[in-house]
Amino acid sequence: MSESNTPQAAHSEPREERRHRAGAFDIRNFIAALLGVYGIVLLIDGLVGTSDAEIAKAQGINVNLWTGIALIIASSLFATWARLRPVIVPERHDRD
Amino acid sequence: MVLAANLRLDANWVDYGLIGIYFVFVLGIGILARRSVSSSLDFFLSGRSLPAWVTGFAFIAANLGAVEIVGMSANGASYGIPTMHYFWIGAVPAMLFLGVVMMPFYYGSKVRSVPEFMRRRFGTGAHLVNAISFAVAQLLIAGINLFLLANIVEVLLGWPLWVSLIIAAAIVLTYTTLGGLSAAIYNEVLQFFVIVAALLPLTILGLKKVGGYSGLKDELLKFPDGVDRVSSWPGTNLTGIDNEVLSVIGIVFGLGFVLSFGYWTTNFVEVQRAMASKSISASQRAPIIGSFPKMFVPFIVVIPGMIASVTVSEVSPNAKVPDVNNAILYLIQDLLPNGMLGIAIAGLLAAFMAGMAANISAFNTVFSYDLWQQYVTSDHEDEYYTRVGRIATVAATIVAIGTALFASQYTNIMNYLQVLFGFFNAPLFATFILGMFWKKMTPTAGWVGLVTGTVTSVTVAVLSVDALGPMSIGVINLSGQGAAFVAAGVGFILDIAVSIVVSLPGKPKEESELRDLVYSLTPKADFREEEGSRVPWWQTPTKLAGVSLVLVTILNILFW
Repeated sequence: MSESNTPQAAHSEPREERRHRAGAFDIRNFIAALLGVYGIVLLIDGLVGTSDAEIAKAQGINVNLWTGIALIIASSLFATWARLRPVIVPERHDRD
Repeated sequence: MVLAANLRLDANWVDYGLIGIYFVFVLGIGILARRSVSSSLDFFLSGRSLPAWVTGFAFIAANLGAVEIVGMSANGASYGIPTMHYFWIGAVPAMLFLGVVMMPFYYGSKVRSVPEFMRRRFGTGAHLVNAISFAVAQLLIAGINLFLLANIVEVLLGWPLWVSLIIAAAIVLTYTTLGGLSAAIYNEVLQFFVIVAALLPLTILGLKKVGGYSGLKDELLKFPDGVDRVSSWPGTNLTGIDNEVLSVIGIVFGLGFVLSFGYWTTNFVEVQRAMASKSISASQRAPIIGSFPKMFVPFIVVIPGMIASVTVSEVSPNAKVPDVNNAILYLIQDLLPNGMLGIAIAGLLAAFMAGMAANISAFNTVFSYDLWQQYVTSDHEDEYYTRVGRIATVAATIVAIGTALFASQYTNIMNYLQVLFGFFNAPLFATFILGMFWKKMTPTAGWVGLVTGTVTSVTVAVLSVDALGPMSIGVINLSGQGAAFVAAGVGFILDIAVSIVVSLPGKPKEESELRDLVYSLTPKADFREEEGSRVPWWQTPTKLAGVSLVLVTILNILFW
């Protein structure tokens, strides 16, 4: 499902200096940040905050710990994807 | 939804913290998206600039709101596996059809909304009917999403209904007024991942509890109607049609072809997301990419409902009145510790807010472009219409709060009104598909067919036993989902028939006016942007759709 966000000609085009990375507002960075924060909180909670009773309730699985790990992995995948294929957007020149 | 006092969750500061973090992100997206709004097209259609995977996820997330999560888990608890038909016979094939067949017309003709396509193809008669009924339906559904959200907060956390109504509405209002469709779409994408992070662990824990999928099946088979709950065909419990052959026809033609195709291909809430894509190919790929996660959504929505039906006594069919609407909430209460609890609540709130924002962002576009610009004032500058859109957003949110308060008093009426609006889609689909492929269809046929089809659908529903609840009078012996399938099917067929009869003697529009609107009058080059550019298979809409179709067929067979 991965898809090039870079227009085909972007690298060779002379107009390249008029384009810039949409770094601050690439939704992938947002997703990576939110999932990352959630992952870290859950991981810590799973390590120190989850009681034995809670683990028993969750069928013997430390679900906070494992979901935390999964979210951190998902977060780094999004961050890597955004890093490898940044969005190139044309500069706004009209009515800004 | 019944208020169940015993569903109160013991949320602690970690949970509240996780929910709070989510709101910070939501508002942050709104504020950042504000910067990219410099024209009305930016505000209403994200400047047609988004990559296909973003619009693809938004496409399904916009639909993954309260109605879907609560409704489909409830169906899972009531009917079991046949509920999968809503996804595998209904949504996925319809989304592929939209991407492969219809999206080129919507995107290629440069219309800004589905009603606008109607106006270009058939003139103002059909357009006005479509634009107004769509706008009204969106306000209603936005209100339902808001009500269900506030209701869940009340049940789970004990906050009074009006507090969460106003907070949720204010948040949605802030980011949609600031950032327009971009903010709505970005939040939908974010929401999708949060809801998966909440429901996937829940499903895994639930399955562990019942001994895996085979354990779940064994438990379900202990119910008197257990056999119907564990296999998808013929789905007689879902349709309420006893005859197996007719039940299958009802599912394939009624639910699949007519209701789902009608919903997914003509509902502007969905199509708007695809229209925001950056190219015609990306707009085609949006629903096709969306179909991949969509076919797996039932595993984290329907399956938990089924698990609840065997593990939660309040939800079990053996209960006096099975509380199926709260199936997911009971499961959350039973299985999730603090921490995951916060993610689950954030996910549900996110889904319901994103659903409401989707309705409102589609409403303000149709209101501004199709009603205000078309029928009130068309001679203002572009910025004026962005302003109209923002004011419409504020007004729509206030109306949605009112609707939500009404819904809290009259839950059933709201449900039936929603079913009623569902009947508008089937004839709409008939009119669109005929209009796109038959150049001789006249403007008169456009609105006459649409009105006849809609009136027929509603009439059949009224004559059935209970399709519209107390408004149905029971002349025709049809009940449950089957009645809805038949009503939609008859409306579809009559719409086509009447449109043909009216068109034959009439005078069609000039062929020059129908370029990009009718298949035979559109040069193939109009639907293809770059000549000769080589693209890998996953960027070719038809090939990608083929892969999706194979996958969904496998799923259908696995759960036969």
